Amino acid sequence: MALLSKKDTNLITDPLADNNPITIQVLGICSALAITAELKASLVMAISVMFVLGAGNVVISLMRNIIPSKIRIIVQLIVVATLVIIVDQVLKAYAYELSKTLAVFVGLIITNCIIMGRFEAFALANGPWRSFLDGIGNSLGYGVILVIVGFFRELLGSGTLFGYPVLGDPIMKTGLYSTGYENNGFMIIPPAALIVVGIIIWVQRSRNPALVEEN
Amino acid sequence: MLEHVELFFKSIFIDNMVFAVFLGMCSYLAVSKKVATAVGLGAAVIFVLAVTVPMNWLLDKYLLQDGALVWLGPEYADYNLSFLSFILFIATIATMVQLVEIVVEKFSPSLYNSLGIFLPLIAVNCAILGGSLFMQAREIETLGLAFNYGVSSGIGWFLAILAIAAIREKIRYSNVPAPLRGLGITFIITGLMGIGFQSFGGMLTGGGDDAEEANEQVNQVLQPEVITPSEEEIVVEENKEIDEKVISYNDVNK
Repeated sequence: MALLSKKDTNLITDPLADNNPITIQVLGICSALAITAELKASLVMAISVMFVLGAGNVVISLMRNIIPSKIRIIVQLIVVATLVIIVDQVLKAYAYELSKTLAVFVGLIITNCIIMGRFEAFALANGPWRSFLDGIGNSLGYGVILVIVGFFRELLGSGTLFGYPVLGDPIMKTGLYSTGYENNGFMIIPPAALIVVGIIIWVQRSRNPALVEEN
Repeated sequence: MLEHVELFFKSIFIDNMVFAVFLGMCSYLAVSKKVATAVGLGAAVIFVLAVTVPMNWLLDKYLLQDGALVWLGPEYADYNLSFLSFILFIATIATMVQLVEIVVEKFSPSLYNSLGIFLPLIAVNCAILGGSLFMQAREIETLGLAFNYGVSSGIGWFLAILAIAAIREKIRYSNVPAPLRGLGITFIITGLMGIGFQSFGGMLTGGGDDAEEANEQVNQVLQPEVITPSEEEIVVEENKEIDEKVISYNDVNK
C-alpha cells in the first residue's frame, strides 16, 4: 500500500512544475528575487517558508469551521505573523549572521502572497492532513526556484557555493581562473535575479506549450 | 532640511522599492497591463504608505523599541518589545487600509469603483509592510522623516509601475517569442530597468570615500560580502572580522 494516495501525491508534485507558485501562479516573487544572491540564504528562506506555510495551513484548516467570514483575513494575518515571529526569533538565536543577511525579508514572509493565497484557496476548504501536504508541496515548488536562482547567481557571481570556493581561487588564479575566467559581477546585483527568473520561465514554457500566454 | 531632500531622492531613485528591494512585485506584475489601472493603484499605494509609515514610527518609538516604554515609568526602561513589531505593524496596516477604504468610498465613489478589489489587497502588499520594516531597520529619526520616507517610497513604486505599464502597452504589438510572452518579458524588462536605476547610485553621494561607504551600507542587505575591486578600500574595514576570504583578496590587491 502506498504511503499517500495518488491525489495526495499530486498535491506535492504539482507545484514543483506544472503549478509552480512563482512561475505559474505568480506569487511570492518579492522574496524570491531579493535574497537569492547566496545559495545558503535561499535555502534558509525556503525552509522558513515551508515551516510557516505547513504549520499555517494546518492551523487555518483546523479552525476553518469556526472563523467568521468577515474577519478571516485578520485571523489569517495573525496566524502568519505569529509563525513568522517564531521563525525570526529562532533565526536570530541560532543563525545570527544569516538573519542579518535576510534582514527585513524574514518579516516580509507575512505578506508573501503564496501563504495567504494557499490559505484562501486550499486550507479554508480542506482537512488538516491534505492542507499540510498542499503547504509542503507549494513551499517545495517555491524552494526549487529559489535554489536554482541562488545556485546560478552565487556560482557565476562569486565562484562559490554555500561560501566554499568551487571554481578555484580568484586571487591565486588556480582552477578555472587560471584560464582567464573572471567572476561575473552582474550576477550579484539585484536586477540579475529578475533576468534569471525570466530565463527560467522561458525554459519552462518552451518545454510545456500549454503554459504559453495568448496574445 | 537637507536631510529631507536627500531622503526624498534617495528613496525614489536609489532604494527604489521595486528595482532595488523588489517589494510589491506581485501586484506590480498583475496590474501593469494598462496604464490607467496602474496609475490608480500607484496613487493608492502612495496614500497608504504616507499614512502607515508615520503611524508605525510612533508605535515603534513609544512601544516597541528597546527602552521605549520609559515614558510609563523608569522601571520599564529594560523592556524590549521589538519581537512584537511584525504583528503590530501588520495590524496597523490592516486597520489603516480599512479606514482608507471607508474614506475613499465616501469622498470619491468613482475612484473606489475603479480600484475595485485592489484597495483591500494593498493590505497584504509587501511594499506597505516593507516600508514600515525598512523604516524600523534604518532607524529613521523623526516623524517628519518617516512621513517623507513613506511618501517618497510610494512615489518610487508609482514610478516603477507606471513605467512598466507604459512599456507593456507598447510591446503588445512587438514580436516577443511565444514562451516569453506576458510574464517572462516583463521580468526581463524589469531587470533591464533595474540596471538603469542602478546608475542613480552615484547621484547624491557623487563619489569619494564617504560616498562609497554610504552606498555600501545601503547595499549590504542584498549583496553578499564578496565585492568588486573598486570598493575594496572602504569595505575592508567593515568586513575584516566577518569574512576571511575578503581579507586575503584585499590584502593582495592593495
